[in-house]
Amino acid sequence: MRVAIIGATSAIAVEVAKLYAAEGATLFLAARNEAKVLAVASDLRVRGAADVETFVADLADRSRDDALVAAAGIPDVVLIAHGTLPDQKAIDRDPLAQAAAFDLNATSVIALTAHFANVLEQAGGGTLAVIGSVAGDRGRRSNYVYGAAKAAVQTYCEGLRARLATSNVAVVLIKPGWVDTPMTAGIKKNALFASAASVGGGIHAAIARRRATVYVPGFWRWISLVVRMLPGRLVKF
Amino acid sequence: MKHDSWGRWIEAQPAHAVDATKATVAAVAASDLVLPYGMGRSYGDVCLNNGHTLIETERLCRIRSFDDDTGVLDCGAGTTLEDILRFVVTRGWFLPVTPGTKFVTVGGCIANDVHGKNHHRAGTFGRHVRALYLIRSDGVRLRCTPEENGALFRATIGGLGLTGLIVSAEIQLRRIESPLVLVERVPFRSLDEFDALSRASDATHEYTVAWFDSFAGRRSRGIFFRGNHAQARRTNWKADALRPRRSTRAWPVAPFAPFLRPLTVRAFNTVYFHANARPKPRRLDYDPFFYPLDAVPNWNAIYGRQGFLQYQFVIPEQSGLEPVAEILDGAAKSRLASFLTVIKKFGALPSPGLLSFPRAGTTVCFDFAARNTGVLLPMLERFDDIVEAAGGSVYPAKDARMSGERFRRIFPQWTELQRQSDPRFSSSFWRRVTQ
Repeated sequence: MRVAIIGATSAIAVEVAKLYAAEGATLFLAARNEAKVLAVASDLRVRGAADVETFVADLADRSRDDALVAAAGIPDVVLIAHGTLPDQKAIDRDPLAQAAAFDLNATSVIALTAHFANVLEQAGGGTLAVIGSVAGDRGRRSNYVYGAAKAAVQTYCEGLRARLATSNVAVVLIKPGWVDTPMTAGIKKNALFASAASVGGGIHAAIARRRATVYVPGFWRWISLVVRMLPGRLVKF
Repeated sequence: MKHDSWGRWIEAQPAHAVDATKATVAAVAASDLVLPYGMGRSYGDVCLNNGHTLIETERLCRIRSFDDDTGVLDCGAGTTLEDILRFVVTRGWFLPVTPGTKFVTVGGCIANDVHGKNHHRAGTFGRHVRALYLIRSDGVRLRCTPEENGALFRATIGGLGLTGLIVSAEIQLRRIESPLVLVERVPFRSLDEFDALSRASDATHEYTVAWFDSFAGRRSRGIFFRGNHAQARRTNWKADALRPRRSTRAWPVAPFAPFLRPLTVRAFNTVYFHANARPKPRRLDYDPFFYPLDAVPNWNAIYGRQGFLQYQFVIPEQSGLEPVAEILDGAAKSRLASFLTVIKKFGALPSPGLLSFPRAGTTVCFDFAARNTGVLLPMLERFDDIVEAAGGSVYPAKDARMSGERFRRIFPQWTELQRQSDPRFSSSFWRRVTQ
């Protein structure tokens, strides 16, 4: 099995990659930081990956997309996992920073997803998994740029899934809740935080079952349901 | 993330906690005294740094390399033993030494120079560390081996995290032919019987340890566990190794706390003794054999809010069994229920660390609920007297109450560790026993 992971040094992506490595998969890892992706690659080789290829690129840079997708070859599974969680307060009054955050979390994700959708469609099948977020379910003061980007990704995936319905390509949208990773280092942890390892396990299982949309951990489905139904007048948090 | 120690008896709060992958040691140590923190599985306060800064090593968990032919593993110091077992067992390798839980980091195993059921064969964990990388508060990164920076290497093994941040280490693993362990459980009915059983078994079995019913002192009964890695009789042992392990879900154990009373523990001990008094050998998966308590990952919560104290000492071989018997009698007379009492004979292999605890002799470990401390603490003080008079030692990784004078007398080499330690590294334990 060949698995391509975009944004491969993110804590969640590494946990998913470890599970594929243990199964003896061949992994293609794309990430921005060369030293980090090489460290992850040797880790995955030890854990049993048949082979690990790496591709270093700033994923916000659209001009590298063609080279990246060509290097990824024809994967059986693609996981699009890159993104950043901007400090919303710091960018609240900075239009350019907001656009840049939206660009990385939405535009670049959509562009790469579109590329891989074409690759898998042409290859006759595969699983295309994209990491969204519960933040995409409702705009909130504390993370509305990130949330807007994730909402865009979610809507895009819904449409793409419809387009690929007659092909053998599954589009899996993963919506993690709060995860204890370096991305959330600045946030105070509470009981709702899950470990990257458990979320990685949930993603691995969702991909294997080719599910359409999954919340990980699963209880977020109910939290999100409530948050989405709250009247707008009340949502000031 | 909470920063407790496993005994939960000592209350301490770090002023800050930083991710080791997010900041440099030099930058963090410039503003405050620091201490590396892994899984928080040591019992007392060697892993705590009250009012100061902890450097979390959880994310220093990359495997750098593993050589299938030589069994040399190079991994980040935050890698847990659980994580290592996950991929080495299927390849026919095992940890050279393992403590009773797999939820500990490699860095913690080095800093406490931990031991296991095979001490009489393999010595301590530190004996299997080929090299380690240390980052000091001045930003210098040092490779330490028995030859290179040897003094610092010896100080770091069992050095309680005080010599700098261990970032990675090379460990020599050992070969196994099967993930199964052939286990025998032999009942015994006195300390002398245990001693004879242990001496006989150490020659024939790689792993030995005994559970002791602590209510009758030296005339107590117990179960002696001895095991060897099974031979590869079946060909599908890799499938065994890959079989999913038991779940590690937290159990609601707190409601049991009120039942940890002498009477109920006594009843439990009777049932446990008779249930296990069957010497017929059994093949057991390595997980339940080495890590029975890991099945309840939050078992420490059974002692309730006030937590518990673990007390482990070693009486050197030349002092004989009498001091051990005296302490066992003392514990029995106190009627303080030690829920789990474990006894083992350490072998003669020298420990490599400056402050390593194990030495040839008999070691006993008690768990006492931190209840009735007005009786418990003076009793442990009397036990310390016996241990010290016998030339023995108390295990810092489990200690939460030893007096500073006592520590400095039984570990006179502490001054050498003080010299080798990093001036910006400290811990609640170190301040307690040296200031």
